[in-house]
Amino acid sequence: MVIDQPFSAAGAQTPPPRSAVTEGRATRVALTVIALLFLAVFLVLPLVIVFLQAFANGVGAYFAALTEPDAVAAIQLTLLVAAIAVPLNLAFGVAAAWAVAKFEFKGKAFLTTLIDLPFSVSPVISGLVYVLLFGSQSLLGPWLAAHGVQILFAVPGIVLATIFVTFPFVARELIPLMEEQGTADEEAALSLGASGWQTFLRVTLPNVKWGLLYGVLLCNARAMGEFGAVSVVSGHIRGLTNTMPLQVEILYNEYNFAGAFAVASLLALLALVTLIIKTILEFRYGDALSGSTGH
Amino acid sequence: MIRKSGCRFSEKIMLKQRDRAMDLSIRNVRKEFDRFAALDDVSLDIRSGELIALLGPSGSGKTTLLRLIAGLDHPTGGQIFFGGEDASVKTVQERNIGFVFQSYALFRHMNVLDNIGFGLSVRRGADRMAKAEIARRATELLDLVQLSGLERRYPHQLSGGQRQRVALARAMAIEPSVLLLDEPFGALDAKVRRDLRSWLREIHDATGHTTVFVTHDQDEALELADRVVVMNEGRIEQIGTADDVYDTPNSPFVFGFIGESSSLPIHVEAGQLWFEDRPLGLPAGDAPDGKALLYFRPQEVKLLDGCGGCIAGTVAAGRRVAGTRRLELEVGGHRERVEIEVPASHPAAARSRIAFRPEKWRLFGTPGEAAPSEKVRRISGWPAAVQAGEGSSAARR
Ligand SMILES: Nc1ncnc2c1ncn2[C@@H]1O[C@H](COP(=O)(O)OP(=O)(O)O)[C@@H](O)[C@H]1O
Ligand SMILES: [Mg+2]
Repeated sequence: MVIDQPFSAAGAQTPPPRSAVTEGRATRVALTVIALLFLAVFLVLPLVIVFLQAFANGVGAYFAALTEPDAVAAIQLTLLVAAIAVPLNLAFGVAAAWAVAKFEFKGKAFLTTLIDLPFSVSPVISGLVYVLLFGSQSLLGPWLAAHGVQILFAVPGIVLATIFVTFPFVARELIPLMEEQGTADEEAALSLGASGWQTFLRVTLPNVKWGLLYGVLLCNARAMGEFGAVSVVSGHIRGLTNTMPLQVEILYNEYNFAGAFAVASLLALLALVTLIIKTILEFRYGDALSGSTGH
Repeated sequence: MIRKSGCRFSEKIMLKQRDRAMDLSIRNVRKEFDRFAALDDVSLDIRSGELIALLGPSGSGKTTLLRLIAGLDHPTGGQIFFGGEDASVKTVQERNIGFVFQSYALFRHMNVLDNIGFGLSVRRGADRMAKAEIARRATELLDLVQLSGLERRYPHQLSGGQRQRVALARAMAIEPSVLLLDEPFGALDAKVRRDLRSWLREIHDATGHTTVFVTHDQDEALELADRVVVMNEGRIEQIGTADDVYDTPNSPFVFGFIGESSSLPIHVEAGQLWFEDRPLGLPAGDAPDGKALLYFRPQEVKLLDGCGGCIAGTVAAGRRVAGTRRLELEVGGHRERVEIEVPASHPAAARSRIAFRPEKWRLFGTPGEAAPSEKVRRISGWPAAVQAGEGSSAARR
């Protein structure tokens, strides 16, 4: 008796299950190697070179370059600017995200587009806008000068430019997260007798805390690292209006490579720390962050 | 999994909540989204301590009505009264409503005990409660919903049925004047649904809340509720007990939505009902002459041998349903299809002829196709239910 038996029970005859990924082994290895090479050349190598250059003249020279008065002033200014810009953008980002995600109102789409504006505008243009607004040729310029208010080529201008460039980070992180979570939790809190403010503090905010932290982290990294917009409004006054990125450029232009790279190494370190914390956050709170978009 | 015991609820909880129960009156309420009327002239009186089911297909406006009662949305017309007081002047918080959301909406960053105690912990001023007291009350409620031992769990560590019960406990913690539940068992599997159903009835009987729950499951509504409110396309079709809506449905929609139904276009002439050129052997009563729709339930038919006044048809299909057999018959020249139920032992073969007569039936004034019931009733100018036959004697009279 002949039985047509396509599904043989004999294990030895069944071929090993084929992976759903149909590319051959060679293709996969090649693609992986290309990706890794690319990362090495364009990301890891520059980072390594920054640190190599920074320590080129020895550890002593490295710390001397960092404790030099202009460098110290630049570091202090950078910290000051971030300390002002980040909390302001934290408040703005939370408020904007709350409004966009939880309420229906006219002009919502317009607000969302506005929030994205700094991403689509070149930072140099952002800086120039402030020059046009507050410069001596502008409408406000003479009035400001008459009242002795210095905005351009001073700390206020740098802070303003930094706020402008970094204001999407927190809002963009929170909006998708809040939209995904909907308003049911808030409605539940209200129906249980909580006031609007209690609802915000005890329900809305805790629901997005990891996304918020993530947004603040990115915002801070950008606030400290911003070059273009700040460069236009700062005036490059040594020891007064130079932030770290500007200080790096000046030192570099003066062929003081060790000094330039020493300060640059701090910025690189900031980037690395940000990256590490970001990875930890993503790893531990991946679900809560899943609504967020990468930058 | 759910322990059944009627008298384990704390006396204190029971008494407190009985005092708070409240009449609810919804008068000519309308709710429009843009131009679309999600609710259209809805009126409903709910007595203190009643358990009411809002039953209707998806999109019929059940959730919208619940949200209006809770104050989460506001009506575009009409009024809602809480024990005689106009609710429109009250905020969500002031209404003191226990709302159980379809998605539960448990606070994911709080453990079970904190979730239940939330409503008490946000109280300020004179109502402010001590932490220990809140914890004690929350524990008591956790016991009421039979989840003792899960105090420290987070919502994501609970099963669907457990989340449901935490949500209920959280809503009851504020001693609400009205308890609203939106499809409370919607997301649960059949077995858990049935368990929770009788459990909810027990809790309701023990605590005496005025309760309104939404469902699209007729079994749930009929079994659980004191009164069922049948909704369709933003309107209330019928309000009544399970017996009322099942035995005397007042519109083709209710007849078709609750229980099984078959319908047949007929006409009334000379005090008789006629299907095409045959009399059905059913009296027309006071129904006016003209076209009408005959509604009956497949299981409420009597098989006949001869046919001097009957509906006769050819068996088009048959299927076994539990203890009985369902036959689909083609009747008349247009091959209208109706379904009837026969004993499982019935020797009905395909294409064989069968004659029957409905034992209980209702007549609705409408010609032909299934137009929206409301419109049809108005056009034809007939009362909602023109004539009903009840039992074989009525049909033979
Ligand atoms: N916020 C809203 N905006 C616009 N339309 C809505 C809104 N809420 C409900 N609807 C509409 O109102 C109708 C009734 O909805 P709903 O009350 O949720 O129905 P049910 O709960 O009975 O399924 C639906 O057609 C729905 O699309
Ligand atoms: Mg609904």
